[in-house]
Amino acid sequence: MELLEIKKMSHDFGGLRAVNNYDLTISPGQIRGLIGPNGAGKTTVFNLITGIYTPTEGDVLLDGESIVGLKPHQIASMGLGRTFQNLRLWRHMTVLDHIKMARYSKVNYGLIGAFFGTRKRISEEAKIEDIAYSLLELVGVAHLADQLVVALPYGDQRRVEMARALATEPRILFLDEPTAGMNPEELIQMMGIIRRVHSELGLAIFLIEHRLKVVMELCETIQALVFGEVIAEGTSEEIQNDPRVIEAYLGKERVI
Amino acid sequence: MEARSDNSPGHIRARTRALREHFTQVPLLGWLSGALVAVLLERFLGTPLANLMGLPKVPVLFGCVVVLKSPLLIPGTLAYLILVYVLPVGIIARLSGIVLNRLAVWLFNTSVHLSVIIHLCLLYGILTIWSDVSAYRLLMLKLTLIAVMVTLSLNVINGYMGEFSCSHPGFMALGAYAASIVTLILFVDDKVFGTALLPEFLGPFLFPVALIAGGMVAAVGAIAIAIPSFRTRGDYLAIISLAFMFIVKSMIENLEIVGGPRGLSSQPDFVNFPTLFVWTVASIWIINNFVRSVLGKALNAVRDDEMAADAMTVNTRRTKFVAFLFGAFWAGVAGGLLAHVLRYVNPGTFGIQKLAEVLAMVYFGGLNSVYGSIVGAVGYSLLSEALRPLELFKWIIIPLLLILVMIFRPTGLIAFKEFNVLNLIRPKGKPEAGYKTKLSVADKTS
Repeated sequence: MELLEIKKMSHDFGGLRAVNNYDLTISPGQIRGLIGPNGAGKTTVFNLITGIYTPTEGDVLLDGESIVGLKPHQIASMGLGRTFQNLRLWRHMTVLDHIKMARYSKVNYGLIGAFFGTRKRISEEAKIEDIAYSLLELVGVAHLADQLVVALPYGDQRRVEMARALATEPRILFLDEPTAGMNPEELIQMMGIIRRVHSELGLAIFLIEHRLKVVMELCETIQALVFGEVIAEGTSEEIQNDPRVIEAYLGKERVI
Repeated sequence: MEARSDNSPGHIRARTRALREHFTQVPLLGWLSGALVAVLLERFLGTPLANLMGLPKVPVLFGCVVVLKSPLLIPGTLAYLILVYVLPVGIIARLSGIVLNRLAVWLFNTSVHLSVIIHLCLLYGILTIWSDVSAYRLLMLKLTLIAVMVTLSLNVINGYMGEFSCSHPGFMALGAYAASIVTLILFVDDKVFGTALLPEFLGPFLFPVALIAGGMVAAVGAIAIAIPSFRTRGDYLAIISLAFMFIVKSMIENLEIVGGPRGLSSQPDFVNFPTLFVWTVASIWIINNFVRSVLGKALNAVRDDEMAADAMTVNTRRTKFVAFLFGAFWAGVAGGLLAHVLRYVNPGTFGIQKLAEVLAMVYFGGLNSVYGSIVGAVGYSLLSEALRPLELFKWIIIPLLLILVMIFRPTGLIAFKEFNVLNLIRPKGKPEAGYKTKLSVADKTS
């Protein structure tokens, strides 16, 4: 069975149709990409799947069950982890606290444990800390665990956000422009991390990107979204040579 | 202090640096022992010493009041302060530093809990002996401890969760009245509430029940703020919470059964210093435990970016709900304690003046910090008592100080600092091999 299945999802902002009849299936372990020019509705697709918006029409099925109408935190704890296009980190919290926070729904000690510092809490928090350190090591920022995130360079902040998303134990990782604003060196490192995460944790990944190079190299199949509609779908080569995609990105060829 | 041995300015500077370094090596145990000696000295030799310095009596609040009332006594007061407080604390801390550090290491390695208890006992002893000198001191100390509790509970909402809540006096009022009604019904022959249901000697044992009932009532009241907070925040929530405060106040004013604007009086005298000390320590312990857990840190996540918190599986509604109810509970408990310390409570106490005071303590001390709340509450209470002789000018100086704090430290004196008891009681100076390993283990489990 497909892990995630989206059927004819549409969303209106007032009178504007931001996403129209969007279909998608993701199987376990797959890497899929979504490309498109600015304002095409890529992030809206993400927000619709992760529950920030509720689709006007259509259905989102996870393991065959509809998740439309659930709260974002419920959807997140069912295994849809995400990062944000413009980093949304917590500015007063340390790197370690970020990762620990993402374990919120897996905490079992309850309020009694939180108030009275029971043994259960101490052992559970120690376990959470171990997990956090191993994730930070996976993305290569374990040495910064005690720092406040605002003190880190941009590339490291991206890594922290990635580790934070991984701490929610996702089955599908949604990456919203993971290389936005990065220099070429950071870009290559980030792609390495995405590959490592994919191979070591065996996640499915759904990637929004602006830079074609990244999607072309990472993704098995790619969708191209323009004005809320998928205009092309296929392997990276098919997409690269599709005249409609070229038109959307570069404009129409004019024969003089 | 070092002026006697001066040769050159550089020499003096080196000496003072050495002295300062020496003092940073003194563990908390050393400072507490010094303070204990100082308060003992004052307790037994205070009056003759004060007379010797030409003071009419022992200066109650570190001489602030005396100095402001009659400036001629400044030298005498200073001499007294140095003789009774500065010198004993300094000398004991310096002399016993090494010995007490060993003791601290030993205690730390044997049992952290034992070490904490010993520190608390020392602190309790110091405060008891200090407040034994005059009834005024005792009352001031009690009010300060209650202020610490209120400030901390407000910091949970305003600092840790970052919502500007103005309803705290309302929560305190609910707690104060609820706790008072419980004790009046149970233990006092009252015109309105009838004869006492239980014998008086049970009072101290059942008093916690009354306080918790007060806290619970306040927490139920907090639901009225928590639910709007799901949909709105910032200025709008501030207005809603302000409205809540006024509703509570005018509701109590119009309830004839609890005395209306005249208030309730003749609460039994259950809150002696030990009771209050235990409650305050318990509140600090529980609140500190909470804000350091993952569930408590969720408040920070909701404050800094609610959308990200939601996407990281944090149940934001539950988090807000818990924070409001938890903060209100402790405000209610503090209200109950206040009602039984003053043995009188009226709705006028819980108005805008109280709100300003509590907010000032939180923002003066520092947001998102247990240290900050303690420093803010103690500092503000002391300051407002010490400047009392200035009368009108007091209300110019204190706000001016607040403005200065906000200019130089916009988030308060000690903001965003974790309160780690282990760090506080830790032996100072160069760690010996044996205790270093133990420390890192203790660090991990804390």
